[in-house]
Amino acid sequence: MRSLSEIDTIVKRASKGVGYSWGIAEEVGKNIKLLETYGLSGLKNLNDYFNSLKSKKFQHLTHISTENHSKIPYCPIIAGTSFLDQIDELKDLVNIKIENMSYPILFLPFLSRASEIVGKKISLKIDEKIFLLNFNQNIYSNYFANEILKHADLIQISFIKNSNTFDQNEWDNLYKLSTNTFVDETDELKKSAAGAGLTDND
Amino acid sequence: MKINLRDPKKIMKLSKLGCFHQSKLSFLRSFLKEFKTWKYNRDLFDLDENGFGRAVYSFSKNKRIYSLICFANKIDDNERSDRVIATKWDAAFTLHDGIPSKNDLDRLSENVPKQEVGRMSYKELTLSRANKSVRIFDHVVDSLSNGRQPDKSKISEVGYLYRTTAVYGSGKFGLADRFRIKNRNEIFGPFRLEMMLVYLVRQFTFDQVNHIAKYKNPKKAIKLDNNICRNLGIGNSTGLGMAPFIVNHPTLLNNWISARENVLKKIREIKVVEKKSEDIFKNCLKKSLKNISSWTTDSEFQKKKILSLNEDLIKFTKFLDENPLFQSEYPFNEIYLWSEKNLKDECIEYIVSMMMEPFDEIVEPYVYKMSSEEDKFFTIPASRTIQDLRRILEEKYSDILKIDFSKKESNQNFWFISKNKEEPRLADRFHDNGSELEQPLAIARDINELYSRISNVKNSLKVGKFLLENNDLRHVVRRAFIIEKFPYAEIQDNTIGSELVAIDMLRLKLSFFGAVKFDPRSDKWLRISMFQGAPLPEDLNSFNDQWVYNSLN
Repeated sequence: MRSLSEIDTIVKRASKGVGYSWGIAEEVGKNIKLLETYGLSGLKNLNDYFNSLKSKKFQHLTHISTENHSKIPYCPIIAGTSFLDQIDELKDLVNIKIENMSYPILFLPFLSRASEIVGKKISLKIDEKIFLLNFNQNIYSNYFANEILKHADLIQISFIKNSNTFDQNEWDNLYKLSTNTFVDETDELKKSAAGAGLTDND
Repeated sequence: MKINLRDPKKIMKLSKLGCFHQSKLSFLRSFLKEFKTWKYNRDLFDLDENGFGRAVYSFSKNKRIYSLICFANKIDDNERSDRVIATKWDAAFTLHDGIPSKNDLDRLSENVPKQEVGRMSYKELTLSRANKSVRIFDHVVDSLSNGRQPDKSKISEVGYLYRTTAVYGSGKFGLADRFRIKNRNEIFGPFRLEMMLVYLVRQFTFDQVNHIAKYKNPKKAIKLDNNICRNLGIGNSTGLGMAPFIVNHPTLLNNWISARENVLKKIREIKVVEKKSEDIFKNCLKKSLKNISSWTTDSEFQKKKILSLNEDLIKFTKFLDENPLFQSEYPFNEIYLWSEKNLKDECIEYIVSMMMEPFDEIVEPYVYKMSSEEDKFFTIPASRTIQDLRRILEEKYSDILKIDFSKKESNQNFWFISKNKEEPRLADRFHDNGSELEQPLAIARDINELYSRISNVKNSLKVGKFLLENNDLRHVVRRAFIIEKFPYAEIQDNTIGSELVAIDMLRLKLSFFGAVKFDPRSDKWLRISMFQGAPLPEDLNSFNDQWVYNSLN
């Protein structure tokens, strides 16, 4: 088994070897390591993409807007790097669409890292495949195939507002249960056992 | 009294870093302290009469076990090479996580002797190989087999029975990635498992000579005296492969240097020094003068440094004898200030290391601050502005911005990865081929280019926007934002200039390992000794913490 450290190093060198700058090659090394950590086939997709560079041309998406189209498929590495570099402006957009993206799995780790930077979960749809990117801590998805995904017709990205996944009743019910661990204070205790406030959120 | 940290622009110069010495912060010393309460055992020793075969040594505590697996092989004299490009070695080693099964041993016997072309698994933590020091190994075996101890002067001249040429860890060749083990308290310090490997290999070398001598002459043979064993370490030959490490791991480098600088600052701030501490310091100084006389080398470069160290230490001893500094306040600050004024860097840094000896309570907390979660600082803060970037470059790289890269000599060298060995190398840009495949280690040149590139860019422009058209400089933009937070993360010198002394980079790293007796064999590689003077496994429960100053006394 190849270690993640080996993957990072080889990918970085290979990325420089096919013509990316050292700085971008560093990003790709970290990204493929991330994909492999999450059990997604990063190295396999990257290898196929790099092989395709010999015969195909890919569009560089540098300025990302709400809607992005190109007749020539987008390079996932340049699009991803641009996404990270523009995240400060992009985070305020509700939805971003990118049509015609090559090897979209290679675009995914950039978004995962973006989720951590902006502190928001990101929903990513690659055609019918759904990914929920959780602050670069984990990825929830209905797609776990160990295969090469050469192309996506449509990528849809949305930043998810930070909100609870539960309603007030559910919270109140659990809070009520949590009070079973509290002690009713006598007047004497109220005077002598002074400490933290009403709740103890540890 | 508040003492300022030393200025990174002075400390991070290669000529200064190349004068660093081992200290209490060094990894091999902190390893010994951490593992002194662990149970040591020799679990297997299956060598034939010539000392070839396999052996297993372990450290265990509670349910954790680390096992060193040794494979001793027969090689011809002409196959023995110091260089990393060798393919056969007298012995090969791996540190295994847990107790190796028979299957593990068989699997590893097929792979460990092959080193870089073998495959390890996530159950192996470090990997190394070593060759006998021909000068001394046969002499020791012959002496022991004839019932006498080896000649101490010969031992002193070499200092070890075996010399390693590489110690690998952190995921290389399939070894365990650091994330698998990083939360273990006992290895919360850089290179701790590499140090364990070397330490156990040292014990293997003693057991092997005793074993061969016994087979050679069962009636007369005696065991190598423990005091001689203590004065033997493990040698190491180190080439340029190590140099890029300190450029490629800026936050780690910062944490090493920062620990040293903070410890120095705290020691200088001690108002009254107890007699006991004064005695430890003076005792180390006394022993140093003797120690240094056993530091031999053929390198003119190093001979000058040793001579200067020796002269300066004599000068310093005289100064201490003539001035009752320890009767006044802040004696170590006085010592430091006097040293800066009167001594050369080689001795100043030696004294800095020695100043740490009495102060466990100051040093220990910093031992645990010398690792780094590097990935945390990887992403470029693209929302920052060019004004921020410019300020960082002007503040943190002011000396580097003065280097004139239009001059040929400023660009003399380039770093590359050798195709046949996949190891870093250094070559002359104007003489050798391959500079178009240069590694991104010319930080000073690229920082200069970045500064020039932003000279006409609006202050308010976001870094992310700037990068859209300037991704060729992305690697140094990333570094600039790292250096903003970590002042000791960058070498404040030109790593491709004609004046570059590459072994300064090696020495910096090796000093943090705890290496002594730097012996440059050229301007690109050197030999050192590790664990010379260190306690044996049987001494670990109770040993003199200043053991490094006892070496060969």
